[in-house]
Amino acid sequence: MQRIAIIDYGMGNLRSVAKAVEKVAPDDEVLVTASADVIASADRVVCPGQGAAADCMAALRNAHLVEPIKAAITTRPFLGICMGLEVLLTHSDENGGVDCLDLISGTVKRFNNPLIDADGVRLKVPHLGWSPVAQSADHALWKGIANNTRFYFAHSYFCELESSDVIVGTCDYGHQFTVAVGSGTCFACQFHPEKSAGDGLQLLSNFVSWRA
Amino acid sequence: MGLAKRIIPCLDVDAGRVVKGVQFLDIRDAGDPVSVARGYNEAGADEITFLDITASSDNRDTMLHVVEQVASEVFIPLTVGGGIREVDDVRRLLNAGADKVSINTAAVHNPELVQLASDKVGSQCIVVAIDAKAVNAADESPRWEIFTHGGRKPTGLDAVEWAQKMAHLGAGELLLTSMDRDGTKIGFDLGVTKAISDAVEIPVIASGGVGNLQHLSDGVLKGGADAVLAASIFHFGEYTITEAKEFMQQQGIEVRL
Repeated sequence: MQRIAIIDYGMGNLRSVAKAVEKVAPDDEVLVTASADVIASADRVVCPGQGAAADCMAALRNAHLVEPIKAAITTRPFLGICMGLEVLLTHSDENGGVDCLDLISGTVKRFNNPLIDADGVRLKVPHLGWSPVAQSADHALWKGIANNTRFYFAHSYFCELESSDVIVGTCDYGHQFTVAVGSGTCFACQFHPEKSAGDGLQLLSNFVSWRA
Repeated sequence: MGLAKRIIPCLDVDAGRVVKGVQFLDIRDAGDPVSVARGYNEAGADEITFLDITASSDNRDTMLHVVEQVASEVFIPLTVGGGIREVDDVRRLLNAGADKVSINTAAVHNPELVQLASDKVGSQCIVVAIDAKAVNAADESPRWEIFTHGGRKPTGLDAVEWAQKMAHLGAGELLLTSMDRDGTKIGFDLGVTKAISDAVEIPVIASGGVGNLQHLSDGVLKGGADAVLAASIFHFGEYTITEAKEFMQQQGIEVRL
């Protein structure tokens, strides 16, 4: 039995993430926690989150979770979801500009308004619903998931990375952008595997058995 | 390939039970929200919407239990509407496992609720439900107003202006129901759907009046909707979700199959 910590910093719907992880890891201990000790002793760590970037960063700092996250991300399998990806970057343009954790070099930017695609069609923001994810590099978490499988997205901001070395998944919505990052023991995605039906559960199942 | 247009079955829930019946697939208990949600997930629904029509506030906690149970077993987005009056109602539903909450009458009485709620939990969790009715005379250009109380009570609010205001206050999505068409099975009111979809940056879910698969396609192709919501055509097994998606795909609409 392994321990899987789901970081609770008071932002967003953790229940869905916890239930989905429990579903794919029925014999493991799944802990929704704000405790640095629990995170430090967990075998795997999931960082979900939704809401505004400034609130999320403030919540992480107030809960003294910045250092535990930095420690966890390089030492054991770490999964960031949605805001849990965005906070890993250097900076977010949301809320007038917020410095993030700078564990991955890049900026979080808002979709243009209006957002116009290559055919001149206006696209709605937030990017809400099921879009195909192109697997731009192999990764253990893509096992059993076909290239261009649709995952569920709900976001108005997207990640622009400085280096393409860690990009493992992209999506096209108005323009191409990074939706999955794989770097050492860290995998982080813009989409919501916990809401992406069978393929999302497959990704979570890959995570809980990942030998990073 | 790009973003798929969504098909969303909508279920009325009263005191913790699905009402009006669901007769499709081989669900053992058509009144059990978990069974019904699981059935629609397996049938390929892109999202599920639960509308809590419980009249008594005593039964509100029952809905929280329903949401908890569904969120423990069904891993597609879940929207819950009905009876939301304050930010705490929003938080309770999200904590129970809802992904989005739909605010209707409370937004009319207290538009700031939309702003407070979206500031607190993020726009992507806040759906504003708009019940609109055509109010222009036959020889006038089309105009729609917001109605409450199941379409009985006019508010004097222009539907397109209201939609823009809700988007501005932080709604992440609009659920637009034509009260003229609801239950008629003659198709969406494409005029109001197009007018509102063109007027806002956020996605619009079309609702009210679906009677066949062409209506679903029309909502997207003519109404500009990003998602289509229907109840009876799916619940009573007239069409499956897959049939609806295949039909839409044949008409050039991108769907998740």
